[in-house]
Amino acid sequence: MLALEDGTIFEGWSFGRAGEVTGEVVFNTALCGYQEVLTDPSYAGQIVTMTYPHIGNYGVNPEDVESARPQVAGFVVREAATVVSSWRASGMLDRYLDEHGIVGISEIDTRALTRHIRTHGAKRGVISTAELDPETLISRARASRSILGLDLAREVTCERPYEFEAHSEAPSVAPHLVPVLRRGETRSTQSDQAPLRVIAYDFGLKRNILRNLSAAGCAVTVVPGTTPAPDALAMDPDGIFLSNGPGDPEPCTYAIEAAKRFVDRLPVFGICLGHQILGLACGGKTFKLKFGHRGANHPVKNLETGQVEITSQNHGFCIEPDLFDGPDFVQTHVNLNDGTVEGFRMRDRPVLSVQYHPEASPGPHDSHYLFEEFVSMMKARREAR
Amino acid sequence: MPKDPSITSVLVIGSGPIVIGQACEFDYSGTQAIKVLRQEGIRVSLVNSNPATIMTDPEYADRTYVEPLTPEAVEGILERERPDALLPTVGGQTALNLAVELARRGVLDRLGVRLIGASRHAVEVGEDRQLFKEAMARIGLEVPKSGFATSLDEARTVLEVTGLPAVIRPSFTLGGTGGGVAYNLEEFEELASRGLDLSPATQILVEESVLGWKEYELEVMRDKADNFVVICSIENFDPMGIHTGDSVTVAPAQTLTDREYQVMRNAARAIIREVGVETGGSNIQFAVDPKTGRLVVIEMNPRVSRSSALASKATGFPIAKIAALLAIGYHLDEIQNDITRETPASFEPVIDYVVVKIPRWAFEKFPDASPSLGTQMKSVGEVMAIGRTFKEALQKGLRGLETGISGFARADLDKTRIKEKLLAPDPDRIFYVKLALDLGWSHEKIFRMTGIDPWFLDQIQQIVDLEKRLGPEVFEDAESLRQAKRFGFSDLRLGQLAGASEAVVRAARKALGIEAVYKRVDTCAAEFVSYTPYLYSTYEDECEAEPTDRKKIVILGSGPNRIGQGIEFDYCCCHASFAFKEEGYETIMINCNPETVSTDYDTSDRLYFEPLAFEDVMNVLEKEKPVGVVIQFGGQTPLSLALPLQRAGVEILGTSPDAIDLAEDRRRFSALLDELDIPQPPSGTATSLEEAKAVAKTIGYPVLVRPSYVLGGRAMAIVYDASHLERFAREAVRASPEHPILIDRFLEDAFEVDVDALGDGERVVIGGILQHIEEAGVHSGDSAMVLPTYKIAPPHLETIRRYTRQLGLALEVKGLMNVQYAIKDDVVYVLEVNPRASRTTPFVSKATGVPLAKVAAQIMAGRTLAGLGLTEDLEVNRIFVKESVFPFLKFPGADILLGPEMKSTGEVMGISSDFGIAFAKSQQAAGYHIPTSGTVFVSVNDFDKPGMLPHAREMHELGLELVATKGTAEYLNAHGVPAEMLYKVAEGRPNVVDFIKDRRIGIVFNTPLGGESFYDDSAIRKSAVLHNVLVVTTLTATAATVQAIRALRERATDVASLQEIHREAGTPGDRPSASPRPVADGGLGRPARREAK
Repeated sequence: MLALEDGTIFEGWSFGRAGEVTGEVVFNTALCGYQEVLTDPSYAGQIVTMTYPHIGNYGVNPEDVESARPQVAGFVVREAATVVSSWRASGMLDRYLDEHGIVGISEIDTRALTRHIRTHGAKRGVISTAELDPETLISRARASRSILGLDLAREVTCERPYEFEAHSEAPSVAPHLVPVLRRGETRSTQSDQAPLRVIAYDFGLKRNILRNLSAAGCAVTVVPGTTPAPDALAMDPDGIFLSNGPGDPEPCTYAIEAAKRFVDRLPVFGICLGHQILGLACGGKTFKLKFGHRGANHPVKNLETGQVEITSQNHGFCIEPDLFDGPDFVQTHVNLNDGTVEGFRMRDRPVLSVQYHPEASPGPHDSHYLFEEFVSMMKARREAR
Repeated sequence: MPKDPSITSVLVIGSGPIVIGQACEFDYSGTQAIKVLRQEGIRVSLVNSNPATIMTDPEYADRTYVEPLTPEAVEGILERERPDALLPTVGGQTALNLAVELARRGVLDRLGVRLIGASRHAVEVGEDRQLFKEAMARIGLEVPKSGFATSLDEARTVLEVTGLPAVIRPSFTLGGTGGGVAYNLEEFEELASRGLDLSPATQILVEESVLGWKEYELEVMRDKADNFVVICSIENFDPMGIHTGDSVTVAPAQTLTDREYQVMRNAARAIIREVGVETGGSNIQFAVDPKTGRLVVIEMNPRVSRSSALASKATGFPIAKIAALLAIGYHLDEIQNDITRETPASFEPVIDYVVVKIPRWAFEKFPDASPSLGTQMKSVGEVMAIGRTFKEALQKGLRGLETGISGFARADLDKTRIKEKLLAPDPDRIFYVKLALDLGWSHEKIFRMTGIDPWFLDQIQQIVDLEKRLGPEVFEDAESLRQAKRFGFSDLRLGQLAGASEAVVRAARKALGIEAVYKRVDTCAAEFVSYTPYLYSTYEDECEAEPTDRKKIVILGSGPNRIGQGIEFDYCCCHASFAFKEEGYETIMINCNPETVSTDYDTSDRLYFEPLAFEDVMNVLEKEKPVGVVIQFGGQTPLSLALPLQRAGVEILGTSPDAIDLAEDRRRFSALLDELDIPQPPSGTATSLEEAKAVAKTIGYPVLVRPSYVLGGRAMAIVYDASHLERFAREAVRASPEHPILIDRFLEDAFEVDVDALGDGERVVIGGILQHIEEAGVHSGDSAMVLPTYKIAPPHLETIRRYTRQLGLALEVKGLMNVQYAIKDDVVYVLEVNPRASRTTPFVSKATGVPLAKVAAQIMAGRTLAGLGLTEDLEVNRIFVKESVFPFLKFPGADILLGPEMKSTGEVMGISSDFGIAFAKSQQAAGYHIPTSGTVFVSVNDFDKPGMLPHAREMHELGLELVATKGTAEYLNAHGVPAEMLYKVAEGRPNVVDFIKDRRIGIVFNTPLGGESFYDDSAIRKSAVLHNVLVVTTLTATAATVQAIRALRERATDVASLQEIHREAGTPGDRPSASPRPVADGGLGRPARREAK
């Protein structure tokens, strides 16, 4: 049974692990890519509903992961596959969730649930296979923690710094197609020089970001999100990357402080939560969206080129546009669905930031160029030194 | 960038007659394009030879040319209209080819007409295998390895590249016959030799086999700013090897991970760029090796397509409309999404349901043709179903096919043939897959034999497993019953499993509180509010139907296209919707055919995409509570629901179901005719073979036998003796078990006439009297027809008018009525009366300028003919010839002779003030060349020789050379008409088939008669079909053809638009104006002109 804090009840079948779990109930509209969604640390603390009804068709495999294990609090689907069909599959989704202790529920009217969230906003909820009394579950949902003001990044960040092993994993962008996609642009290639050193702040980092940075010629050191700025700068990086992650950006004061130190010194690239942290560090404000953007079909316009990118998104918070009232910041990207801010840069500093996910995974690869831009910034800085 | 200001006028090319592979999806896309271009203030002219389309209604384009889709005719139109641009991408391959030909001839350059939507280069790369292969190589994508060979040695060389298994396809053989798959060298040598031998060009294509690979399609769009979106992904249930038009297809793709899907998306983006489609939609097909994931590109179509129509219906994203806007310069982000109203068109639709498309075939019409499925498309229609799961959508789709099954259930399968049926696909395959699963065959084994993905097999397995648990006890078991409904089982099917009637199941289900709910198709999986009530049923918690409390009517559509029931009826349904909307009703359409205009979300106020089965229709009616239901426009499909719906208390608008039954029921109808003193051919009915023989004997042979309640002459035959009767009566009974066989005296050599009329209960107005060009015995749907009549004496016409009025009043017709007459020996007989829309309704509407179907709907809404200003029979001021178009080329083995069983898929219209020219245009529009010089071939039976003589003489006088078979040549020569003797096939060489192959014969006149002689000349006719030579099989058609030749020699053909023709005719009184359809404000992709801050 799935109960929401506002008293809404859905009955379905247990799937994955039996048990009970609470979290913020959100929905994702991507048609495929459920394994990437499950393992995306940005979903920590959330019960994710997939709007596409058939989930699990191609099973799970060791490659399509964004972190070591599923990160969602719970998983809601209309129908879970009973067989697996893929030459890459190594197992069934149901088993995979069970093994990792993820509570799921199937045979739910996910469209009704989605409409409910769309109308009333994201809600705290509880999935339980043990307690089937609606009133009890509703009160448990109400008693669960709210995502507002919650520093979830601290819970999912890595414990200690590590180097990302280049070439250990291929990015999910088909490399041979990238030059085709961006004809006329030179693709950064491995040069004779030492690779660009990037410090990646892990607030719930997706692996495909690392794969993309690495493929673009960067040597990446991942550090805990709480790493003080001087420690990072002491490693003499070419650029700082601020990762995606779960929860509310405002309580991540440690990261906001660090970001303030970086923007004046070296190229910085933020994605998702990292983008929000950068925005806050630059003096902006953030707010919680009614039900967030989660899916792989959101149109974003690059205001500098006029091009529309179909983007992968996963965020519940957003930067207020008044950041661009002043002269220092330029809005670079806008969401065409609701007009919200999707990206900005600093006018005279190499700082680049997007709300959506250029690493996709799951989703289209239209925004891959941002990694190249970040690399160009770092190269420019190196040449200037 | 907004609209290109340099484009103020556009010519749109339609796709011509409905043929296999090119059906009403292009009426849908063309209509969308025309509507939106006009809204943009562009002057639109249209050319399409198909009068049964909505797009050729005169209120759509500014100028509508119903003219042959030949370069000459279109050049004439371009000369008159001088448009700024030509849009060829919404009219199928026909329009693209025509545009390229016009470009090649320099016509476009000479007249300064721009090609928009697709460049000549893009079309050529899309079509030319070699150019496409090179283009793919440039962007690093693979296509199946292949090469042409003209000798066995060359073939061996190609094989080194492709490897085994390899597919061998002989070039230019009918329906691709003679090809095959070689798995070893020995087979390869054998197939290659045979293929080279069979190919008229001694050429074969040797191709790497991708048979059994997973097959995908992406529907993509691109604008001038290089913005690119995927509208829909489609996965084929039937893997590579079966044409996608003959495959069960599923949207979205089910078994691709995001990683693989994005590789495909990137590839699609690279392809559309490389091919050079700057604006508009394309369809790109891929194959994926299920073992390794290797991706190869199969083909791309730089235009809207059947699949894009499906994708539009599947997602709610109107591809053709958006493509038209992109073609005139808009960017995707400047166009609003109609359904959400707030978001732009530059996004990728996501869906939260499963769409299944199932083809519908017509092999029963072509008993001599093999029903095997391969790379040549053979289906004539399709059904689409939406469900929350694949299982539900599949079962809904299967009952939506209207092939007499209640779902995934066929009782006539042969357990001993499973293996063969799985290995050699035909339309039964999916049912044999289910049977195999039912019998416990392993998924692995079935996958090996069929290549059908294990995920799909598991879905069917779930249906099979549940079915085994469904018995009588299901009525007490709410859990199982609910599960069964969620799996898409129909009440009827559950009744079969439980030994109960549909009504019992329905009542039990409702008692348990299990009711259908309706979900919306909204392009965004509920992320945004949708404003378009485009709905489908399912069994879940929440219903989003939100019926209004307006005065509303429901229109039942005509379901999947089939031979005998096609676009004409969809045309009528659309008109009914428009008319009721104008009368202030909310209009609700129920239909399940994704190709049609009626299933466009803005044709009616509400659209329920549902099977036209009693259960599904009734569920909608209970939800919506309309004041009435319109059933007379959708052909047989809704008609067969009339009585059940009426019994269920539903108000049927227009002519009463009882009157419809009276007209259908032979005994009742005969009684009526007797009462009215109207003659009909002697007839009788029989419920058993013995009875049939007795009746036939009384009536006298030849007789026409047929089952009651069928459309398109299904299982209808002319029978010359008792033994024939025995065979055909058996088939007739099987075709429709509930109803008796009808037996009529066959009036040989009679003239036949079709009358379309309107009645309001008090008055009958005749829309048109059409004379068949072929004599009696040829199905009216196949016969060429001419309006007005050209060989019928005025007193007979008067009799026809009188009878029609009598019948209309007696049946109290409120709406449309069609009557068929035969005239023999100066007696006018009534053959049948159909108090409903007919196949010729749109034809007559186009000719007269009066939209008959719309008027009929206005009558149903309570208007009178007098009130509408229609008190006089309608007249025409030109000659309008209807010609039928046949699919014989797709059915190797089928004979092309026409008979009482309808075989045509589509129709064209030829218009002129001269009969000969009108007939010539109709032939050109049907794709034939009428030569005005050169050689024609004549072979007629003894009976027809005297009748042929004057025509032969005329052709000789016109300067044509005649060649003839021995008997015919001797006869002609003896009567002073020179004709060279030519061998029949069996007589020696060079024979007539050699002549046809060498294109030395311009027309074949071949008039066999009687039973067995039919088969003697079939080799000649088949050869003629293959080489696209006109074959004339009746004397009356011969006369018309000779007139056409004379007319073409004597005067130039001209072109004229319907608007001009109708204006010239004048608009009598306040005849219901063909007013432009009211266009919903804010709908139709009105560019949003969004400003990004």
